[in-house]
Amino acid sequence: MSAAPSLYTLPFGDISSADHARVGGKCASLGEMTQAGVAVPPGFAVTTDAYQAMLDHHGLRAEIERHLASIGSDDIDAIDRAAQAIRVRIRSHRMPDEVESAIRGAYAAMGEGMPVAVRSSATAEDMPDASFAGQQDTYLWVIGADDVVEKVRDCWASLFTTRAVAYREKNRIAHIDVLMSVGVQKMVNARAAGVAMTLEPTTGDRTRIVIDASWGLGETVVSGLVTPDNFTVEKVLEAIVARKISDKHVELVGDAALGSAVEREVDAARRSTPCLSDAEVLEVARLAKRLERQNKCPQDVEWAIDADLPEGRNLLALQSRPETVWSRKPKEKPAAYATGLMSIVGTLNNPIASRK
Amino acid sequence: MDAKTPVFPSPYDVKPPKGAEDWEGIYPYYLKFQPSRRPIEDRKFWFCDSQHWPMPFRPFDCIMVDFAAKCLGQYNTRHLLVPPANGVDYRILNGYVYFSPIAVEPSEIEARVPQFLERAGHYFGNWNDLLANWKKKVLGAIDELEAISFKELPDVVDIEWVKSGKGLDDTYDLFGAYDDAIRLCYKIWQYHFEFLNLGYAAYLDFFGFVKGQFPSIPDQAIAKMVQGVDSELFRPDDELKKLSKLAIELGVADALKTGSVDEALAAVAKLPNGAKWIAAWDGAKHPWFNFSSGNGFYSTDKYWIDHLDIPLSYIRDYVSRLESGDDIMRPTARLIAERDRITAEYREMMDEEAKAVFDQKLGLSRVVFPYVEDHNFYIEHWAIGVFWRKMRQLSALLAKLGFWREDDGMFFLTRNEVRDVLWDYSAAWGVGAELRGTDYWPGEVARRRAIVDALAAQPPLPALNNPPEVITEPFTIMLWGITSEAVKRWTGADDGDGGLQGMAGSPGIVEGVARVLRSPDQLSELKKGEILVTPVTAPSWAPVFGKIAAAVTDIGGMMSHAAIVCREYGLPAVTGTGNASSKIKTGMRLRVDGNTGSVHILG
Repeated sequence: MSAAPSLYTLPFGDISSADHARVGGKCASLGEMTQAGVAVPPGFAVTTDAYQAMLDHHGLRAEIERHLASIGSDDIDAIDRAAQAIRVRIRSHRMPDEVESAIRGAYAAMGEGMPVAVRSSATAEDMPDASFAGQQDTYLWVIGADDVVEKVRDCWASLFTTRAVAYREKNRIAHIDVLMSVGVQKMVNARAAGVAMTLEPTTGDRTRIVIDASWGLGETVVSGLVTPDNFTVEKVLEAIVARKISDKHVELVGDAALGSAVEREVDAARRSTPCLSDAEVLEVARLAKRLERQNKCPQDVEWAIDADLPEGRNLLALQSRPETVWSRKPKEKPAAYATGLMSIVGTLNNPIASRK
Repeated sequence: MDAKTPVFPSPYDVKPPKGAEDWEGIYPYYLKFQPSRRPIEDRKFWFCDSQHWPMPFRPFDCIMVDFAAKCLGQYNTRHLLVPPANGVDYRILNGYVYFSPIAVEPSEIEARVPQFLERAGHYFGNWNDLLANWKKKVLGAIDELEAISFKELPDVVDIEWVKSGKGLDDTYDLFGAYDDAIRLCYKIWQYHFEFLNLGYAAYLDFFGFVKGQFPSIPDQAIAKMVQGVDSELFRPDDELKKLSKLAIELGVADALKTGSVDEALAAVAKLPNGAKWIAAWDGAKHPWFNFSSGNGFYSTDKYWIDHLDIPLSYIRDYVSRLESGDDIMRPTARLIAERDRITAEYREMMDEEAKAVFDQKLGLSRVVFPYVEDHNFYIEHWAIGVFWRKMRQLSALLAKLGFWREDDGMFFLTRNEVRDVLWDYSAAWGVGAELRGTDYWPGEVARRRAIVDALAAQPPLPALNNPPEVITEPFTIMLWGITSEAVKRWTGADDGDGGLQGMAGSPGIVEGVARVLRSPDQLSELKKGEILVTPVTAPSWAPVFGKIAAAVTDIGGMMSHAAIVCREYGLPAVTGTGNASSKIKTGMRLRVDGNTGSVHILG
C-alpha cells in the first residue's frame, strides 16, 4: 500500500524518468528498479520540492549564502563553523505544514510503526555520485512519523557537513544549487547483506561479479567494520569461481525496542560460517547482472536477504549505481587483431597455453 | 629443480613389473627404446598417452598406435606443412605408449608458411564439400571392410575354378582378405586425420582470441560456444532413449525387462505391437550400434552390435527411469538456447572491432568443429569396430585350427606375425603337411598373455625425462591437453588437504559418494547419484551420465569426452587429475568443484 504521489512525496513505484531531478540518484534508481519488477523494499522519496519549500518557508537560502559567503576553501575551521551553523538552522525549524503532512501521510501508508531507513539522495549532476555518496547520512531502523520527519530534516542538514561543504568549495559548486531528496524505505530485517560489483574491482574484468557479504545489515560491509565473505561469480556461466570466508565478528541488527540498529557480537560458530549459501550467492549475482543489463553499464549494487520474507523472494535490492572507476578508463586495445589463416598460423606458432 | 636429476626417470632406468621381465620381446623392434639410442632418446621429453591407451598393448593392438601416430604426423609433416610442428614420435615402455612431439627447426618454419596457407587454405575454403566427400570415402571403406570374410581353406580347390582356368587357390584370397583388412584400417586412419588437426587449429585460434579478450574466461565457456548439440556422437545414446520411450508407448517395456537378449526380444515379438518395436530396434542397429564400450583402440573393446546385451541393459535402465517419471531426453532446445546465450553475453562485452573478429573466428570454428566430434563415431566406433570384428573372426578361425586355445589368441601376435601364421597355414595346406604353429603358438600366446597381464598391474608413469621449460608444441596442447601447468601438476605434490587438482571440465559443485571404475565392464556397478571416478571415459558411456552426479577422470582436457558429455548433462566434471582413480576409493565422500577443477576427499 502506498500513498498517492504528491509534489512532496513520491512512492518508488510512481517515480518516472521525468522525476529524476526531483528525487536524486539514489531514489531514482530505486524507482527504476521498482518499476522494472526488481524486488526492492517499498518506500517513498521526499522530493527536492520539499527541501526547497523548507528553505523558502524560513528564508533559509539567504541565511545559508550569508554563512558561506566569506569562507575560503582552505580555511577548514571557518568551513566547519559555517557548516555547523547551517545544520543547526535547518534542524531548528519546523517543516512547512503541507510538507510534513505529506511525509506523515506517505509514511502512514507504509503501515503504522513501520521501521524504515531514511537515506539522503543528492541531486547535483556534476558531482560524481561515487565520491559524493557516503557524505550524506543514512538513518536505520527509524520508527514512527515523528522520528521520520526529524530524520528527513537531518538528511537535509547533512548537505552541510563540513566535508560536503569543503568538497563543494574546492570544486566550485554553488552550495545552493545542490538539492536534497530523501528516501524513506521499509527497513530490511537483514539476515545477511552486502555489495555486489558487476566487474572485478581490482582488474576491471567484466566477466566477473564480485560479492562482499556479511551477517546483518550491509552497512558493516560498506563502512569496513567487518571483513566480509567474498565471492567471485563468473558472470555468463553464473558459477562461483572463488570464495573467501572471513571471520565476521560483528553484525548490525535492528532493535525494535530501541528503535535503532545496534552492533552485536557474532557468536563464534557463526563468525566463520559462510553468510550466504551457494544458491544465494548466485541469486545475488543474477540480481546484479540484471541491474547491469537494465542500466547498460557496470553496477555497484547494495542488497540484503530479508529474514522476514519467504525463501526465493527474500533477496532485495537496496541500491544500484554505476561503477565509476573502470567504466571511465579507456580500454586498452591491441594495434590490430590477427584474422583469417595468418591468425591460425600465429596460433600454431605460439599456442595460447604457452603464452604467459 | 636440479638439472642433473631428471624430473621423470629415463626410460632406460624404468624396471618392468614382476612377471613381465621379457616384455620387450612381444613388440616390434621400432617401438622400443633401443639401448644404443640412449643418448638420443634421453634428450627428449616423452609423455604417456594414457588418455587413448590406458591399458598395456596386446601385440596386435599396436596397429592402432602405429597408424594413429603415423597418420597424425603425415598431415602435419607432409600434407599441410603445419609451420611449427611435425608429428609425434612414439615408443612403448612396459606396455604403455609414450609420445614425443617433433618440432620443426625454427629456421624452416617461415618457409613452410606459404605452403601451409595454400594447403590448409584449400581445406578451410572448401570444408563442407571436402567433408561430404570424406564421408563418402569413409562409408566406402566401411563397406569394403564389411565385405571381407575369412573362411577355412577347403579340402580341394573348387571344380569351377579348375574348369575356368582361374589358376589360383583359396590361400591367395586368404592373404588378400587379411592384407585388405589391414590396408583398409590404414586407410581409415589416414582419413581420421585428414580434417582433425585443422579443426583443432581453427578452434585453438578462436580459443586464443577469446582468452585474449577475457583472460579469466573459463575454458569450458569457450568450448560451449562452438560445441555441437546434434553431434552424431550422441546419436547412439539418443537412439536408446527413443527405443525406451517407444517401448513404453507400445506397451512392450515389461517384456523387455528380463532374460537374455534373445528371450527379451522373443517376449516382445509375441505382443501385439512387438513387431513394431523390433523393427525400430533393428533400424537403430545400423549404423548406431556400431558403438564401442571402449574407445575403439583395443581388440578387447566390446561393440554394442556384437554384444546386444549392452544396449539392452541401457534400455532397461532408461525404461525404469522413464517409469519413475524422469525426463531422459537430452534437452537439445535448451542446450542450443544456452549456447546462444553464452555466446551473446560474452560478445556483448566486446568492442565493435573485436565483435567482428569474434564473429569470423566463431563462424569458422562452428564450421569445422562438428568434425572434431563426429569423426569419432565414423572412425573409432563404426569403421574400427568392423575391423575388429573381422579380426576376431580370423582369430577364432585360427583358434579352431589349433594355433591357440582361446578365440582371442591372435591378438598376442603382432600384425606381421599373423602373416607368418597365415603362411604356415597356407604352406601346410598346399604341401599337404602338418601345421607347425600349432606346436609353437599355444604356449607362446599363453606366455605373452601372462606378460600383458603382469604389465597391467603397474600403472604407467606420466612422463619420461626432463620436460621442456615451456610446452609450446601446439598439438601436444590441443590433442592431449598437456601444458606446462599440467606437467607441474604431475610433478608437484597434492595440495595437502586431501585435494586433487585437475581441469575445470564442466561447471558446478557437488558432494557425493565416489564410484571408482577401471573398465567399462564395471559400469553396471554404478548407482544413481554416485560420482564417477575413472581413468578415462568413452562416448558409449553416455547412458551412465544420466545417472551420476559428477565425473572425475585421470586423463583428458576441456575437450575430453567426459567434459563434453558432462557439459551436455549439466553435471560438474574435473578432468586430467592425473591419479584420482588410484587415490580415491569407492565409497569415499567427495566434493567435486567443476568451476575450479578441484576434487576434495571429505572422508
